[in-house]
Amino acid sequence: MSSRSFSLRAGALAAALALISSTSVAGTVTVITSFPKELTAAYKAAFEKANPDIRLEILNKSTVAGIAFVRETAAGQRPEVFWASAPDAFEVLKRDNLLVVAPDVDNKAIPAKIGNYPINDPQGFYKGQALAGYGIMYNTRYLKANKLAAPKEWDDLLKREWFGHVAMTAPSRSGTMHLTVETILQGEGWDNGWSKILQMAGNSAQVTERSFGVPDGINNGQFGAGPVIDFFGLAGKYSGFPVDFVYPAMTSIVPANIALVAGAKNTAEAKKFVQFALGQAGQELLLNPKISRLPVLPYSSFGGKIPAGYPDPQAIVKRAKVNFNADLSEDRYSLVHSLFDQTITFRLKELQAATGAIHDAEAKLAGRSHPQAADLIKQARTLAFSPIVSSSLAAQKDFLKLFASNKKEVAISKQITGLEESWNRKARENYAKALELAQQASALIK
Amino acid sequence: MAGTFDAAAATAGPASRWRQGFGSWRSYLVLGAIAAFLLALLLIPIGTVFVVAFRDGDGSFTLGHFGTFFTTGLMRESFGNSLYVATTSVLVASLIAVPLAYITVRFQFRGALLIQTLGVLPLIMPPFVGAVAMQLVFGRSGSMNLLLEDHFGFSIPIMQGLTGVIFVESLHYFPFILMNLIVALRAIDGAMEEAALNLGARGWRLFARIVFPLAMPGYLAGAALVFIKVFDDLGTPLVLGQTNLLAPQAYLRITQVGLEDPLGYVISVIMIAFSILALWLSVRVMKGKDYSTLQKGGAGIARRRLQPAEALIAYAVIVLVLLVVLSPHLGLLVLSFTRIWSYSVLPETWTLANYATVFEDSSGMITNTLLYCGLAAGIDVVIGTAIAYLILRTRIPGRQWLDFAASAAIAVPGIVLAIGYLRMFQGVEIGGVPVTQTWLLIMLAYSVRRLPYALRSCMAALQQINVNLEEAAEMLGASKWRAVRRIVIPLMAGGILAGFVSSFITAAVELSATILLVVKESQAPMSYGIYLYMQSVSGRGAGAALGVLLVLTVAIGTYLSHILVDRANRNLEWKR
Repeated sequence: MSSRSFSLRAGALAAALALISSTSVAGTVTVITSFPKELTAAYKAAFEKANPDIRLEILNKSTVAGIAFVRETAAGQRPEVFWASAPDAFEVLKRDNLLVVAPDVDNKAIPAKIGNYPINDPQGFYKGQALAGYGIMYNTRYLKANKLAAPKEWDDLLKREWFGHVAMTAPSRSGTMHLTVETILQGEGWDNGWSKILQMAGNSAQVTERSFGVPDGINNGQFGAGPVIDFFGLAGKYSGFPVDFVYPAMTSIVPANIALVAGAKNTAEAKKFVQFALGQAGQELLLNPKISRLPVLPYSSFGGKIPAGYPDPQAIVKRAKVNFNADLSEDRYSLVHSLFDQTITFRLKELQAATGAIHDAEAKLAGRSHPQAADLIKQARTLAFSPIVSSSLAAQKDFLKLFASNKKEVAISKQITGLEESWNRKARENYAKALELAQQASALIK
Repeated sequence: MAGTFDAAAATAGPASRWRQGFGSWRSYLVLGAIAAFLLALLLIPIGTVFVVAFRDGDGSFTLGHFGTFFTTGLMRESFGNSLYVATTSVLVASLIAVPLAYITVRFQFRGALLIQTLGVLPLIMPPFVGAVAMQLVFGRSGSMNLLLEDHFGFSIPIMQGLTGVIFVESLHYFPFILMNLIVALRAIDGAMEEAALNLGARGWRLFARIVFPLAMPGYLAGAALVFIKVFDDLGTPLVLGQTNLLAPQAYLRITQVGLEDPLGYVISVIMIAFSILALWLSVRVMKGKDYSTLQKGGAGIARRRLQPAEALIAYAVIVLVLLVVLSPHLGLLVLSFTRIWSYSVLPETWTLANYATVFEDSSGMITNTLLYCGLAAGIDVVIGTAIAYLILRTRIPGRQWLDFAASAAIAVPGIVLAIGYLRMFQGVEIGGVPVTQTWLLIMLAYSVRRLPYALRSCMAALQQINVNLEEAAEMLGASKWRAVRRIVIPLMAGGILAGFVSSFITAAVELSATILLVVKESQAPMSYGIYLYMQSVSGRGAGAALGVLLVLTVAIGTYLSHILVDRANRNLEWKR
């Protein structure tokens, strides 16, 4: 037994040595991406056809694994291109000096901004390659079975009949969800925005760990609706799932990016790929129904190739009520993550219970006059759906600075963890109290 | 009764002399080699990552982060939840595994081998698709609940909350108990049972007082594995949206983009410590007890023929259990033949296209999976057998730590191990090729991550073999090595196989380290292929098809190795 395994081990080494000949040859461009296979396969085929001497090696990794992979690989062996949705991933890579600028790679026809949001990194480290907007995806079959009307605005998902039918992900898990939360916070203001987010979360069956978990569960029929990035919704629809997608008025359109990695082998060839992705041919590939992404190139440059009914990002941005402020979002980035996780993700069970009780009490109250019960419900609502951190505190520079500091320092980590601990406890108490008040109100109404 | 097998215990006389005598240079060499393996491929790599937990902002040593852990309410809550889920899962898994093992070993049974193979399938839950299939069958809008809603107007929220976690974990990991228990039951000396029967023990009493205690090493090995695995499991709670357990808390902190939170690593270190503690406790339980019996092989416990009524009950139990535990796989199979399956009891359109897609672009992945997992499991049983031998048959100081160190791997998140590998092997080359560019690291990561499974099975197998058998061989002139090769290893064969199978199939569904370590699609195993499909909306059917192929590949492998060992056993008997 063991002697056989020893020879197997020797065989493994020999096989590893045999790999020598097959490692990356000059002219191979390795692309790290989190994008689905349909998209990458289309780009690989089209690019290799246009550049027969260059081979494109697509390496699909989750955003976190992708960043770790680039960071832990020695310079000279790194992949050439990083291509993903989450804008924060590119910020991290830039901060760690893992990206290079390429002023010579550009498409002049691409506008500088979409609404208020810069399409390219101002320092030129990464470029917008496609646009994505957030909206509501829903399962039509699920809606019909549960007698729900198709949602149009975020407010629809806060209603009583949607209790337990929504799903969302956490901003700390998904760079794009972070933008959705920020959009709502900026559009509605800190207090009102959190109130809506808390109500939507209270109606949620689950806060999924992966951002793809939401569209996946809606395709399945596991959830009824949820906030989703547009191409997930559209691709599901065009693939034949009984799902649909709608942009609410409160939305923002942001770019998905592409960047050249520093310390890669074939940067010259990689530039050709980025140029291709930004060019006319690369942009047209996005319109494929299975891909369903919005080009960064203005629709006027496509000469009528845009399918009828295809969403127009410029029009959506014009109609959108929010003027997205990227600096504000950046400043309170960690605070929003922390607050969301401590009071929603980790306390979902209690928030759900309180929300359900409030809905029930309100349904009982409907059409009756019972001031005492109404007052109790109002108190319950305030307790359950107010942010633990006040808007004035959230605007203080020192407070925000604490959250942006290095958690590796024990003193700072203790301070942040202590705050988080108190929010978590406070949220739990508030939800318990709200549940109690709502139940009292229900008991009062005969 | 206990005296019968305690008499053989090696506490005095020739046995102890024999043991001391084996503390020779050769054992030290083996110990050194294994220690070096664990150091290089487990402890140092994870050390390079975990160092964050012990470091202050300026790089100086601190235990301050651990202080933070213990003063945080959420952490205490998570710890309690993890403990509760792990303990309850062991109970539920035992309720499934013990009857299944007992019935198939104890009675004359048609297709016992098939049942034992099917019973292993739940371990092969391919990443993502397994969860999707489970949701489609048992979930809120799954077939079961849609049927219940339609016909009876209620549904069972079995996939929700901590109960959901316990349900899925028990279904997923009960085979660890099943496999080890079957091996242990088969290894029981039939004479023990006969003696008990002669003394008047029957039925439940016979089982509870004689048969089950004799199979204890196997049961404990499996139960300890289930406990530690569930305690450290990440995938199931995350899929079910349960965050307030230790493993998800660690993971969510470690994988947050752009933010290094030492608390994540602190939680991991604490989980490792606790897993070792649990293991140490299970070793303590076994201490001072000897479960070995002298006779092996053919004369196992008697196989009774079932009365027709009994047979009906036995088959009913088995079919029911298998139906429940295999329904995710049935769901997977159905999913693989569909394009769209959404909010309906069964899909409405059927297709073979998914298999065409999979064969077209992923056939290389099947070979890769077989190669990596086969090699990894091979390494695991060699090391597992060696460690078991060192611990149970020698008195080298520090031998117990090999077990603890190897088992720590269960609690290490895959992504941490993978980052450690990339960090440690940066710049290392074999014949001019950077090791990080080869599949060697994937294979080694599998072998390290799955070593605990093989190790527990090997330990349990050796515990049941009486040391007198080796002594006898040596007295007849066999060398130490020859005695090990000709007596110990053949007698351990069942346990070694169980270890190989559990390593192999759990490696086949490993994903977290794989995602990070794959550098080329041509080197990717099937688990990565499934991940790739499941990243896209329209890839779900194809992902399921690849998942079915994965299950089939592994199941056929398991079945063949059972047959192989059966045949080897029969040869052994014949020679005797």
